[in-house]
Amino acid sequence: MPSSPPEPPVNRQTHNRPMSPSAARHHLGSLAKFLVIALLALGTVSLLLLALGISPATIAITLAKGSILSWQKFGHVLSIFSPLLLASCGLLFTFRAGLWNIGVEGQVVLGAIAATALLRQGSLGLPPGLVLCAAMLLAFVGGGLWGALAGWLKHRGGVNEIFGGLGLNFVAQGLILWLILGPWKRAGIASMSGTDMFARELWMYTPPGWRVAPAALALALAALLLSALLLLSTRFGLRVRAVGLNPLAAPLFAINPARTALAAMILGGGLAGLAGGLQVAAVYHRLLPPISSGYGYLALLVVMLANSRVSPVAPICLFFAALAAGAIQLPIALQLDSALSGVIQGSCVLSALFVHGWRQRLREAR
Amino acid sequence: MKQFTTCVRALALSCLLLGAGAGAAAAADYPFGLLMVGPANDHGWSQAHFEAGQVMEKTLPGAKMLYIDKVNPADRQGITVPMLVDDLVSKGAKLIIANSDDMKDGVREAAQMHPEVKFIHVSGDDALTGKAGANLSNLMGRMEYGKMMAGFVAAMTSQTGKIAYLGPLVNAETRRLAASAYLGAHYAWTKVLKKPEAELKFKVSWIGFWFNIPGVTSDPTLVTGSFFDSGHDVVISGIDTTEALVVAGQRRKEGKAVWAIPYDYRDACSAAPDACLGVPYFNWIPGYTKMIGEAIEGKWQQQFLWLGPNWAAINDLQTTSVGFMPGKALSADNEKALGEFQKALAGGLNLFTGPLYFQDGTPFLSAGIVATDEQVWDLTQLLKGMEGASK
Repeated sequence: MPSSPPEPPVNRQTHNRPMSPSAARHHLGSLAKFLVIALLALGTVSLLLLALGISPATIAITLAKGSILSWQKFGHVLSIFSPLLLASCGLLFTFRAGLWNIGVEGQVVLGAIAATALLRQGSLGLPPGLVLCAAMLLAFVGGGLWGALAGWLKHRGGVNEIFGGLGLNFVAQGLILWLILGPWKRAGIASMSGTDMFARELWMYTPPGWRVAPAALALALAALLLSALLLLSTRFGLRVRAVGLNPLAAPLFAINPARTALAAMILGGGLAGLAGGLQVAAVYHRLLPPISSGYGYLALLVVMLANSRVSPVAPICLFFAALAAGAIQLPIALQLDSALSGVIQGSCVLSALFVHGWRQRLREAR
Repeated sequence: MKQFTTCVRALALSCLLLGAGAGAAAAADYPFGLLMVGPANDHGWSQAHFEAGQVMEKTLPGAKMLYIDKVNPADRQGITVPMLVDDLVSKGAKLIIANSDDMKDGVREAAQMHPEVKFIHVSGDDALTGKAGANLSNLMGRMEYGKMMAGFVAAMTSQTGKIAYLGPLVNAETRRLAASAYLGAHYAWTKVLKKPEAELKFKVSWIGFWFNIPGVTSDPTLVTGSFFDSGHDVVISGIDTTEALVVAGQRRKEGKAVWAIPYDYRDACSAAPDACLGVPYFNWIPGYTKMIGEAIEGKWQQQFLWLGPNWAAINDLQTTSVGFMPGKALSADNEKALGEFQKALAGGLNLFTGPLYFQDGTPFLSAGIVATDEQVWDLTQLLKGMEGASK
């Protein structure tokens, strides 16, 4: 039996109470913490760049130019932001319930597979909008079932969700490869380039001049609002947090930790599945092996950086999406490898973990 | 007042500078974009494109290359071909080259989004099938000849009669190239060496993509190793990178008599010269010069260009689109035989001549019939005598 891993960072402050002096102090504290994290990350990256002989200012300008300084490029950012936000919202549920849902990547993949199963059939004589809605529903179910499986493995099989999730990620990757090279391959072609493109009317509508499907963005924002509502102002949200904070004490308040955790896994998996659904319906219009674009793993970083709190998730997703989109400028404009954006993301997360851990120690020392 | 004149002077100066800048831009500006599926220094397919692009910058007036390499969904997660085209166009690119079959869908979509920009999709056939608008052309080299030469030297050199082909993914292009290698080997084995057909074994294994993607494709290093372990002594590479040659080089250091034939790039043998029988390569300079040159002169027209070798000077970079660079491990006798073979091809020898059968035994070409370009381009199966998956 492996020893239990550390609990995911669950913010132990209450948010939805009227602003008291201590709350005001807390908000001030958050701001200060944010500034410390930002400065630390910025400092680390700048030092690294200077050591490599690259001007940090040039990199910043290049990244900004490639991400936010034109509507077209901002559209690219939003097309990355939407699935990333969905996967991150999913992780909020599991992290707050005390579960390290590493399986999120596989849940994204299963969502994409489920949506593809329908979309590759063509519109079947139905209105395309209806087919797309059904595909998104299937994506939610696909991801949710994959999440439920990890939850079930934990509670029935005693498999820690980290190992179960990791295993299920490999299974999902195997499944998608088998489908693309086997039953779903293009006529006469076996290639990692993916399945045939879906019928044009089944591409999520993107207006001329836009680079993101408005429906995709709306879906992601709606999911964020709903998650915030569920987590912050319902009994369910309270139960999730109770289980996350202390699974042993939760039964004293008539909370069933196993059932709550499973519900969190299903909801989390479902939202991640939606991210996969968007990847096929709005971005690639076909299924391909790297369909998740790594957004599951990236979402893990987002939620860690947010310390499992709801409010910072959207801005962090936007920042990471801007980095990912802007990073393309590095090879074009500066002949630098775009992996540099990964270094920036990593530095942010490490800085955040460092500051969180440091504060925790200070608090314990007091 | 003094302040005012200073302002005017500053304004005049900046106008002058701005004007000078704009003038310079107008005089020498034909930026073109190059999207490469692999790294620009892969010693293979992408590097051949990259270097041809650099030559264009020197030889065509005003041409300036903007490039992005590693354009594939595994290396650039979440980034699509239309996104990159947007980027290149916003940087001024007037023509964009996409160098991979993998980009077919993305290029078609981008060409619709940017009707004012010209597109060259290398290895595709949208211009032929009518799936593309007038701003999308196709370019390819007749690598069938290069692969025939590769198959020829493989069979001439092999001691076991077992030749392996390290294939990328399965499609019409890769089938026709593997089949061409087989036909070259078959010719050398039966016509030059006069050995029985049944003693020649030709095995094809597909890894799944043009290069290794860990966890997604089969590992070409392992596949090549298993070819050698199972008695094959020459591996012909059909993928964009040099793993087959590198493994052959390692095995030779262990004292094994094995060889490899890389692909795509003129200097690919340098990865392990002692194991290299030669390399069939693409030279994109003639094709690029024609297509980009015409675009610069305002004479662009949609076309499907399938350019062959210059038989008079097969390694002349100004004129040949497909070449074969003999390797250090090719014996003098076999190099001489290769020369004879090249002369025969130049003189009209066509190995896609019947009787030929498909792998499943159905007839492809009856006796004496020569395949049309379309039949070769769209080859639907491997040929009889080849072992490996056809689809």
